[in-house]
Amino acid sequence: MAHKHRELLIDPLVDNNPITLQVLGICSALAVTSSLQVAFVMALAVTAVTAFASMFISMLRNHIPGSIRIIVQMVIIASLVILVDQILKAFAYEISKTLSVFVGLIITNCIVMGRAEAFAMKNPPVASFMDGIGNGLGYGLILMLVGVVRELLGAGSLFGITILETVNNGGWYVPNGLLLLPPSAFFVIGLLIWAFRAWKPQQVEEREYKIQTVEAH
Amino acid sequence: MGLRNLFDRIEPLFEKGGKYEKLFPIYEMVESFIYTPKTVTKNAPHVRSYVDMKRIMTYVVIATIPCIFFSWYNTGWQANSAIATLGAASETGWRIWLLKAFSIGLDPSSIFANMFHGALYFFPIYITTLVVGGIFEVIFATVRRHEVNEGFLVTSMLYTLILPASAPLWQVALGIIFGVVIGKEVFGGTGKNFLNPALTGRAFLYFAYPAQMSGDAIWTPVDGFSGATALSVSASQGYQDLAAAGITWMDAFLGFMQGSLGETSTLACLLGLVFLLATKIANWRLVVGCLAGMIGFSLLLNTIGSNTNPMFSMPWYWHLVVGGYAFGLVFMVTEPVSASHTNVGRYFYGALIGVMVVLIRVINPAFPEGMMLAILFANVFAPLIDYFVVQANIKRRMRRYG
Repeated sequence: MAHKHRELLIDPLVDNNPITLQVLGICSALAVTSSLQVAFVMALAVTAVTAFASMFISMLRNHIPGSIRIIVQMVIIASLVILVDQILKAFAYEISKTLSVFVGLIITNCIVMGRAEAFAMKNPPVASFMDGIGNGLGYGLILMLVGVVRELLGAGSLFGITILETVNNGGWYVPNGLLLLPPSAFFVIGLLIWAFRAWKPQQVEEREYKIQTVEAH
Repeated sequence: MGLRNLFDRIEPLFEKGGKYEKLFPIYEMVESFIYTPKTVTKNAPHVRSYVDMKRIMTYVVIATIPCIFFSWYNTGWQANSAIATLGAASETGWRIWLLKAFSIGLDPSSIFANMFHGALYFFPIYITTLVVGGIFEVIFATVRRHEVNEGFLVTSMLYTLILPASAPLWQVALGIIFGVVIGKEVFGGTGKNFLNPALTGRAFLYFAYPAQMSGDAIWTPVDGFSGATALSVSASQGYQDLAAAGITWMDAFLGFMQGSLGETSTLACLLGLVFLLATKIANWRLVVGCLAGMIGFSLLLNTIGSNTNPMFSMPWYWHLVVGGYAFGLVFMVTEPVSASHTNVGRYFYGALIGVMVVLIRVINPAFPEGMMLAILFANVFAPLIDYFVVQANIKRRMRRYG
């Protein structure tokens, strides 16, 4: 059993990553990755919500009627998100202001719903909890990678600490303004997916079409 | 032919099983650049035509020649005039040193001095583009086992011509890498790119380094000189004030104004257009669509009018000559790969660009120029336009026979 739990934790990091393989939770990955600190808090929040939502849903899974299961899942997830939102407002007010609506939008994050539907409804609580943590970490890993690229090259700093002194402050580094704009996260995530699939070719999907070649007669 | 013999002798080394098998794309690139590409159709139907990809690409490069020469003249003329106004204090940099060492001087009334000064700005950018972009082309060609294509000669030339003369070379390099890799190679290389690679690189620079790619200080590469483009003057004061800023319609048509290297002269672009249309490289439907969209939409805005936004009253013949419209129309809109592929679709594709460019110029206050964004926008829509045209055709034939 312990062995299986470790797999549940490790597997979503690279081999079954929610962002790069399943392409879920992209919206928040675009919105919150321009600063590493914010991305980190977001990753923590999503991990906590996914883990506990999966656990609670898994505990109730035999009592939830199939026809209203989505509503029940939403109630659990929404309560957890409100809890996280309140905790952030109480202890990290500045960051919660930067995250603004995106904490509330964790409710609609496909990863949370996806894990609840696909895993927690069929598995025991501890395994579901592990699966939630693993997927949260997989999400967090991509968020941090994207955040590092965007904050370092876009603003010359990491976690708000200056690494590359920018020209405006008398240094040499000309910051890349594009990386501070949300669309740049598309490019960075795209390049990450490219890198992941070059590293693990089994993640490459089958083509939906075939380029026709004429047979030689 | 000594050279042919040399190629024939070393070719086996690069073929399958040869010593330098992996470097075949490089060999193929040099060989097909000097001679003709060896690809022939192996199966019926056989269509005889001299227009292969190499010829198409070479024709486009030939069509840019008027723009290239004019870019040298205009850049040099702007720089020399600025130096003449600002005085000897602004005579800094290796270009000035070189011009003086060869006693060419900085006389803004001498055509030769202007051309030479301008060329000293053109070539560093062009060579950087060729070398850096070329390296990435070869890397992808080697790894992905496709050919290095003449298309890159077009991309690099167009990319150079749409940059401001003062662009820092490292930014030039970054932009062309982005254009080649994200704009073309990730989708499979030449012929599979749905975006124009040169414009993709330019757009990357525009958003990444706005300080070096927009504003008033960058068009003439002389420190301390600031000259607004015709579009930014019209956006702030109205096109009627252009004459006061020293730009008559004829100036704008001939290209004696601020702007990116090759885009200022509408006349030079039109010369290129005539060549491209005569050789049937450019499809006239795209040009007609783009002109109709621009003229129609600017007439509409003229009729609506606005008290607060002077751009509303700009007539279509000014839209034609300022900014990058003419250059984009001739060399970017007509690019066959990223445009629509159906004849009906081409009108719509062109018109979409024409409407979008006026829309961005007039109504969006954030961007004074809209040609680049309008073309990229339409690039994305081109397959959709084709889809609807094809569906409409299927429906029509179903009604007729079904």
